[in-house]
Amino acid sequence: MADTAETQKIETPKMEVSDEVAISIQKMNKWYGAFHVLRDIDLTVYRGERIVICGPSGSGKSTLIRCINALEEHQKGSITVDGTLLSSDLKNIDKIRSEVGMCFQHFNLFPHLTILENCTLAPIWVRKTPRKEAEATAMHFLEKVKIPDQAHKYPGMLSGGQQQRVAIARSLCMRPRIMLFDEPTSALDPEMIKEVLDTMIELAEEGMTMLCVTHEMGFARQVANRVIFMDQGQIVEQNEPEEFFKNPQSPRTQLFLSQILGH
Amino acid sequence: MSDTHAQSVAFVRDTAIPAAPAPANETGPVKWLRENLFATWANALLTIAALFVIYLILSATLPWILGGVWTTSSLSECREVLAGETGACFSVLSERWNQLLFGFKYPSELYWRPTLALVMLFVAAAPVLFFDLPRKLLIFTALYPFIAFWLIWGGSILVPIVALLGVVGGYLVYSRFVTQSFATGFFGGIVAALIVWYIGGFITEALAPANPMLAAVPSRDLGGFMLNLMLGVTCVSLSIPLGIALALGRQSSMPLIKGICVIFIEFIRGVPLITLLFVASVMLAYFFPPEANVDLFLRVVIMITMFSSAYIAEVIRGGLAALPKGQYEAADSLGLEYAQAMRLIILPQALKISIPGIVNIAVGLFKDTTLVSVISMFDLVGMIRGPILASTEWNGVYWELLGFAALLFFVVCYGISQYSQWLERRLATDHR
Ligand SMILES: Nc1ncnc2c1ncn2[C@@H]1O[C@H](COP(=O)(O)OP(=O)(O)OP(=O)(O)O)[C@@H](O)[C@H]1O
Ligand SMILES: [Mg+2]
Repeated sequence: MADTAETQKIETPKMEVSDEVAISIQKMNKWYGAFHVLRDIDLTVYRGERIVICGPSGSGKSTLIRCINALEEHQKGSITVDGTLLSSDLKNIDKIRSEVGMCFQHFNLFPHLTILENCTLAPIWVRKTPRKEAEATAMHFLEKVKIPDQAHKYPGMLSGGQQQRVAIARSLCMRPRIMLFDEPTSALDPEMIKEVLDTMIELAEEGMTMLCVTHEMGFARQVANRVIFMDQGQIVEQNEPEEFFKNPQSPRTQLFLSQILGH
Repeated sequence: MSDTHAQSVAFVRDTAIPAAPAPANETGPVKWLRENLFATWANALLTIAALFVIYLILSATLPWILGGVWTTSSLSECREVLAGETGACFSVLSERWNQLLFGFKYPSELYWRPTLALVMLFVAAAPVLFFDLPRKLLIFTALYPFIAFWLIWGGSILVPIVALLGVVGGYLVYSRFVTQSFATGFFGGIVAALIVWYIGGFITEALAPANPMLAAVPSRDLGGFMLNLMLGVTCVSLSIPLGIALALGRQSSMPLIKGICVIFIEFIRGVPLITLLFVASVMLAYFFPPEANVDLFLRVVIMITMFSSAYIAEVIRGGLAALPKGQYEAADSLGLEYAQAMRLIILPQALKISIPGIVNIAVGLFKDTTLVSVISMFDLVGMIRGPILASTEWNGVYWELLGFAALLFFVVCYGISQYSQWLERRLATDHR
């Protein structure tokens, strides 16, 4: 995999990590029927932290971050997001979902709405923001992801990279305190990966708490302050990126890294 | 650029080639004829054969239509006028025109009322069908059912007013309680509407004027194409929302709701419409309290609506299934509630996919309204089969009458189909 982000010569400023807890996951377990997907996950994410999750296919990375905004429900243990305990209570779930933004591998934009409508829909209906204000916010974030001129087009007319940036802007319009990314660049052509990663780097520099499933190791090196390696539904190893890439401890991590960085 | 020739390896264009028109025999009607009608020998033969068939059909029907007689007062007179020449006896249409359109019992001095209702229908339907029109027009659409009811059936104006008040009351209660939970709002609204209607029933009865502004016309006096249109419009507009509700119910995670919807859909789909209509005409009365004496028109509307809503539900279910799971997840991840996600994200897309199927069913429903003729309602076909063909003057004029019925239905159905194609083009946003 090309280290797209690394080739960029931005000096990343020292990003603040507070000791306020953003997400706290304790002894979390999840099953699909009889299949034990996530086993005893313990993870504490502090406000302002940027965490990259990697691991082989089927190791449960997507499932883990989808549990955080209750797209999947867990069966054992607890997840607390921003002080709200995730239970089957719909009020809590809706509260957490409106605080946590999520970007998907396949963008999942709403094809029947224009870019601008995609971005204003949730603020208007969930946050009850007046339309004018919501549109101003949407234009602000569309400018930030550098596609304000596409605002009145439909998603089907945009390139993959542009669509993914719209998806990021759409999440940001809800003013989330935490952003989740599930392989945001793996459905994109190489030249589009960079534009999406740049957007994410910018977001990280502003101090957004981010959890990102990705195989872009250059991105991990540049912005992450923690890299988590998962295998078979467990967190096998976590460390600062520097140490993680230089001195992987477990043999599984070493094997994974040799495969992914080896060529 | 291929590099088979060694001398063409390096090449730089320094002059632009000017744009030129295409050769004359490659454009215009000549090209079209050559490409589409006479491309090959077989193609040319087919074209000639098709032209011959068209000639045969026209040479048989055109003299019949053009030589038609419009002004006689019976079939035998037609025969006299034609004196052995080919020609249709269209006199039956001009003589029985009003009966074909309004039935034979609707008071002729009141024909303006259903006609006005039809004109207003176009105004009421416009903002629903063409959503670029100002949204304020929808207020008239919401009032239209009550106005149309009053125009067609006449009687005390209190009846439609009480009906309207019931709906308004139900809606107020619904919007007051829906914030707590959808079920509270929904059932609260229904109960409120029923209470208003119940109380209103007594008031209407007590205050019913002896001579209402519009003379009352009972349902059994309705007939002709008007009856088909009334059944078609009412049943289509009721069965689409019911179909949506059934389709969503069938997807529900609540076993009770899901079970009810599945049983309803599967049962209705397994029964012929004609049986349901017979049930409506003879048996449905048993299900209602004896003093209710539910109107036959209403019973037929209930049956046809249930029938087509089951089919519409299945079409919409197909549309829902065609949406990628990511759409649901994106809506969820933005914090939209179930009702919002359905209304804003899922249904607009699912309905768009389902348009051809829904239109198919709407057209079928409209044509199936002629089945009410077998339960002795005098719709267009009922009028033709009954009073008109049975009369001594017009016994035997099948082609003209049935051809006219076919033409009327064709015009409406073709219109619906054209509208749906426009709608699909208008909604196409995925320019891929
Ligand atoms: N809805 C489901 N029902 C049953 N099993 C599932 C379901 N979704 C995922 N799984 C299984 O759970 C495991 C973890 O899936 P998950 O999608 O979290 O993996 P991942 O680490 O994101 O993999 P990838 O890198 O391929 O995206 C896989 O073995 C997968 O087959
Ligand atoms: Mg995944």
